[in-house]
Amino acid sequence: MFERYLRPMWAFVFRDWHLTRRYMSWVAVFVFYAIVNSATIALIGKAQDDFRLTLTLLLGVLLWSFLSAMYNEIANSISYERWEGTLEYTFMAPVSRLVHLSGVSLFAIVFSVFRTIVILVGLVLFIQVSVDGANLLGVLAVLLVASLAFMGLGLMAAILPVMSPENGAQATNIFQGVLLLVSGIYYPVSVLPAWVQPLSYLSPATYALEASRKLMGINHPESTPDRLVGAPLSSVLPELGILLLMGVVLIPLGLWVFHTAEMWAKRTGKLKRTG
Amino acid sequence: MIKSMLTLKPTETRIAIEVSDLKKVFRKREGLRAPIKEEWALKGVSFYVHVGETYGLLGPNGSGKSTLIRILSTLLTADGGRVQMMGHQLPQGEQALRRLMGRVSVDAAFYKKLSPRENLLYAAQLYGLESRQAEKRAMQILEQLGLESRRFSDPIEEMSRGMQQKIAIARALLINPPLLLLDEPTTGLDPRSRRDVQAFLEDLRKREGTTILLTTHDMAEAERLSYRIGFLAKGRLVAEGTAQELKQQARTDDLEEAFIALTGEDLSEEANSP
Repeated sequence: MFERYLRPMWAFVFRDWHLTRRYMSWVAVFVFYAIVNSATIALIGKAQDDFRLTLTLLLGVLLWSFLSAMYNEIANSISYERWEGTLEYTFMAPVSRLVHLSGVSLFAIVFSVFRTIVILVGLVLFIQVSVDGANLLGVLAVLLVASLAFMGLGLMAAILPVMSPENGAQATNIFQGVLLLVSGIYYPVSVLPAWVQPLSYLSPATYALEASRKLMGINHPESTPDRLVGAPLSSVLPELGILLLMGVVLIPLGLWVFHTAEMWAKRTGKLKRTG
Repeated sequence: MIKSMLTLKPTETRIAIEVSDLKKVFRKREGLRAPIKEEWALKGVSFYVHVGETYGLLGPNGSGKSTLIRILSTLLTADGGRVQMMGHQLPQGEQALRRLMGRVSVDAAFYKKLSPRENLLYAAQLYGLESRQAEKRAMQILEQLGLESRRFSDPIEEMSRGMQQKIAIARALLINPPLLLLDEPTTGLDPRSRRDVQAFLEDLRKREGTTILLTTHDMAEAERLSYRIGFLAKGRLVAEGTAQELKQQARTDDLEEAFIALTGEDLSEEANSP
């Protein structure tokens, strides 16, 4: 069990940690940029002197930062390998795709949680906003459950660089952009054109946001700028249930889609570095 | 020559690799309305390799060598024919087979920012090896290949191509595989690194009885390392035998001339290219 599954899974965490370590200056620059970018969005609420808007934007920016970082790590794991020229070696290792992608996802989740905490601390220091009374542990639980669904989406997006060595990596951004648009990260879904609104029900981010806003107490009538009235975790069980269901469906679906794309790539010779 | 042929001769009669009528076609459409073009990379290749034998495949670029190695490495699916290796048939037995073979390709594919140590430990863990044991083995192999251990923690991107290729060989041998697929492992290496790698491969075959399938442009290398050699041209195996037999067949004393005579192709330009 350990030698066949856990150690190979750990190999991907080991690799990604050391790659992150070697690119630490890049990580620092990107995190700094994420803090500044998030602050510029959250300050829109501050300018309106509206703590609910400020917190809505702050939550949106953090949640999207977490989910998109995780999605990117998974979706681009194949692009990185193609770029480095190691894709064939990874694919000929005696490791199941489940173990391979679980290892990549495990690092992605840990890295994204750490990155989000750093951004949160940076933002709270910069824009002086109180989160007293918010159920932050509940928000963390929602993020972790939502991670499963995003893992599934990341797995599906990861096939794009397998199928198209030239354009696949860029195409993952289109997928991500559509999720950003339909999930109501910074605005209520009701402002979207009517024909787009049904798509929001398909995005896990919609439910993660809805649940997190309740847990933070952003729209609770008794919340004040100094003290929020966060809801208990039990009040978001329907959203958690939907997110869990999405994860349970999307992860096996993602693995199946990936396996199908891998078989196709092996028939057409697309695993080669240059395609 | 006869003496060296005797040392190359495998002592086993069991078959490690058996390839029968292997075919691979790549289909490409250039433009949406253009018809699909078919390019046959392999047009029915058959050969076998004994356990403990080094079999050399010689052929120019585009002859199908890399396609063949990729199919054997489980990275490409064949369109026809049969491949059986170490008792496992492809593609059904690919998962079991991956534990039994190592591969070295012409480009040493590594995470360039990581050190040899990090790259090798990652590879070892992928195969379920314990880190300390893998590190010890990697050090032994690298020392045998002439790589200084003090460079073990430098990023690979700072190393020469010869050094990178030696690390690629160490990676392939970490699991001590009974089967080694070498796709032009010495192309682009300086003469000293080339000699180091060739001597190591000779020693490995003698010491461990490893079965080696080697593709190369280099006639001297094929002759030095391989008991039997196959000439591959335009997706077909046009001739096969020991270097001596191939030369006799072409009535010449030179393997390169034999290659030209039997395939109608010239390897000299490619052998000199980096």
